[in-house]
Amino acid sequence: MSRLLDALRTDLHLTGVKEGCGEGECGACSIMLDGRLVNSCLIPLIHADRAAIVTSEGVAQGERLHAVQQAFITHGGAQCGICTPGMVLAAVSLLERQPHPSEAEIRTALAGNLCRCTGYMRIFEAVLDACRHTPNESA
Amino acid sequence: MHIGQPTPRKEARSKVTGQARYVDDLAFPGMLHGVTVRSPSPRGLIRDIRYEPGIPWDELTVVTAADIPGANVVALIADDQPCLADDRVNHAEEPVVLLAHRDRSLLEEARRRVTIEIEPLPPVYTIDEALAATTVIWGEDNIFKTYLVSHGDVESASAGADAVVEGEYETDAQEQLYIEPNGMLAVARREDGVTVWGSMQCPYYIHRALLRLFGLPAERIRVVQMETGGGFGGKEEYPSIIAGHAALLSWKSGRPVKIVYDRAEDMVATTKRHPSRTRHRTAVTKDGRLVAMDIDFVIDGGAYCTLSPVVLSRGTIHATGPYYCPNVRVRGTAVATNVPPHGAFRGFGAPQSIFALERHLDRVAHAIGIAPDELRRKNFIQTGQTSAVGQVMREPMDMPALLDRALALSDYHAKRVRFDAANASAKMKKGIGFAAFMHGAGFTGSGEDHLASVVTVEATPEGRVRVLSSCTEIGQGTITVFSQIAADALGIDVDAIEVVQPDTAVVPDSGPTVASRTCMVVGKLVESAAMGLRATLESGAGGISDFPAACRNHIQQFGALRASSQYRPTAGVRWDDERYQGDAYGTYAWAVYVAEVTFDTTTFEVSLDDFVAVQEVGRVINPVLATGQIEGGVAQGIGWTLFERVVWREGRMANAQMTNYIMPTSMDLPPIRVFFEERPYAEGPGGAKGIGELPMDGAAPAIANAVSYAAGVNVSHIPITPESLMALMEIPVA
Repeated sequence: MSRLLDALRTDLHLTGVKEGCGEGECGACSIMLDGRLVNSCLIPLIHADRAAIVTSEGVAQGERLHAVQQAFITHGGAQCGICTPGMVLAAVSLLERQPHPSEAEIRTALAGNLCRCTGYMRIFEAVLDACRHTPNESA
Repeated sequence: MHIGQPTPRKEARSKVTGQARYVDDLAFPGMLHGVTVRSPSPRGLIRDIRYEPGIPWDELTVVTAADIPGANVVALIADDQPCLADDRVNHAEEPVVLLAHRDRSLLEEARRRVTIEIEPLPPVYTIDEALAATTVIWGEDNIFKTYLVSHGDVESASAGADAVVEGEYETDAQEQLYIEPNGMLAVARREDGVTVWGSMQCPYYIHRALLRLFGLPAERIRVVQMETGGGFGGKEEYPSIIAGHAALLSWKSGRPVKIVYDRAEDMVATTKRHPSRTRHRTAVTKDGRLVAMDIDFVIDGGAYCTLSPVVLSRGTIHATGPYYCPNVRVRGTAVATNVPPHGAFRGFGAPQSIFALERHLDRVAHAIGIAPDELRRKNFIQTGQTSAVGQVMREPMDMPALLDRALALSDYHAKRVRFDAANASAKMKKGIGFAAFMHGAGFTGSGEDHLASVVTVEATPEGRVRVLSSCTEIGQGTITVFSQIAADALGIDVDAIEVVQPDTAVVPDSGPTVASRTCMVVGKLVESAAMGLRATLESGAGGISDFPAACRNHIQQFGALRASSQYRPTAGVRWDDERYQGDAYGTYAWAVYVAEVTFDTTTFEVSLDDFVAVQEVGRVINPVLATGQIEGGVAQGIGWTLFERVVWREGRMANAQMTNYIMPTSMDLPPIRVFFEERPYAEGPGGAKGIGELPMDGAAPAIANAVSYAAGVNVSHIPITPESLMALMEIPVA
């Protein structure tokens, strides 16, 4: 049975989708499937039939980085970078649902994306900073 | 000036957009995948290898030890480890057979259909069994290496002391858990030689290993580092094995071969942090002066020597911590057991011996009835004093100031008073504890002299400058920090610097990316090579005010514009390998970390409420990157202390999954508050010292001291799990 992860990486060459564990624990293979953040290593390819998929490659608008990506660069949210594409998507997904989250909400939203380098503190700071640059949609 | 600025990570854009290329993102035309068939048994003689029916074996490339063109050895220190087991296995999961095919699912099936028949020999699993040497599995006595540090007279000093406090401390293995598993891609042909691309810290270690394995001339071996998704030491020595395996499969099949481990294989087969046992016997005066320290430090190296002697050396030298004591004896021993070899992991032996010491000193303070901080204050080593290995501390240092600052920032004294009052009747008991420590930067002893590292810089006619070094970017910031250093040395913009991808065909040997040496030792070479290039341009007719024009003119007139710098020992810094005495490190980073915990007396769970990390690391080159290094190291230390438990079953990791080997998530960490004291180090680039490993040292003892205080027990073993605390609560306080 093919995994969505393999189809994205091997057939579509979207290698920004990373495989860290293959068991749905690390979140490096996070993608958006019909607007929901999922681990693509756990999705059988057939379940993605006709689904709208966004990978880390699709977060920036051309050359213009998303506020989350820019904030990760400024605040040191990426170190080795292997968790970064998934982490960025998890943060983008959070901000789409909740444009001005608290630190506790950020911690909860990123709990499925493991990072061994940063200790997460720079990532929290990056997401908080990205909110400041995101228009307050509820206002 | 760029040094001291938060220059954004130069390769960050490619990382946040998913464009950065890791080894598993590479695919070559006609490429095969490779897998490793491993020993099912911890120790024994290989009697037969059977390829069971049901697999089209003639379609697969099969490699065994018999196919190795050169020496069947993973070249490192002792040359005791084969690249592929031949007649015997010495640990479970030892590589025996390699298979390659283009179809990965067929390969998995084939791997299961190889039967390795082993006649069992009795295995050794623990430090005690190894030391007893009833069963000898390595050398004559199961001992890889011993060191003895001896200073003064421990026996007579202890006899006259007011109090003698003994203790025993243990630390377990720790899984590396870089999020990118190990992997290599090889193209190896008799006609051209061997090239590998992969995830690694040390291109020239792999280069040397492949030389021996294939018996080829040096210029026919090429090693290229891809973007590397975390290292921590786990990609220091093990990648030499995978590179060898991928290259052997490619050599035999005539096709490119990629081996990428899955998570379970990476956890079960590759290196972890050395488990340790430390015994302390400390003599003190009743007012808290250290009179004698007698320390027995043992690490479990696993089945082969790998880097254990060097890990042991750092652990042994750090075992006495940042203290002065007139009478010291430290025995360091690295033993062999039949588990997969333990290896380099951030801190390299120091976290183990520092855990023991800093936990023990809290117990010494308790035994003589003085405050833990008072005991430390009375014994901190000072400039002009001599360490246990005979190093006269020449650099200025101020541990009392670091301690004061850390205790003030964490509100330590007020909290002790508050917690003392509240804990007696509380179900949720609070604790606060600290650890004081140091970490030597660069290789231990004469290591840097032997490496004699080289860095080259070269200018292009457009006025861009390329830095050529074998030091790898593994997330710690090599590319950005080297760029900042070179830019300042040349007086040009950081964007005009390119740090070249490490490729042994292009870059000189700048030594391995380990030992907190990249920024301090190799960064210094970047600085001096760049100064050399600058001096060349300044002596030219037009001067250097228009840098691109100066480069262009020089290159038109004289050809290539390059400058190199090679490491030279610092004047007056000497180490005697024979006597194991002298200047163990050129300099040290100094630190005090404080942990605040809540201990739930119903569930025996520990949660962290606050963490303060104060350190003196010379000049901070990039505050964002440096803070990130410290936070990440502290997080790994917290994982090692509270969450990460390797479950061993017959010499094999039984919980080789992220599902049940638990590393910290975003929910598990307290605020990690990082503070730097900056005291420029004359020999470091821009005044910097090494910092990569330092933060791994302090979390475990600070947390264990806080938990011991909260729970009123002697925590002497990490990881501290609810189960271990429940058991401890039934033992009276020591």
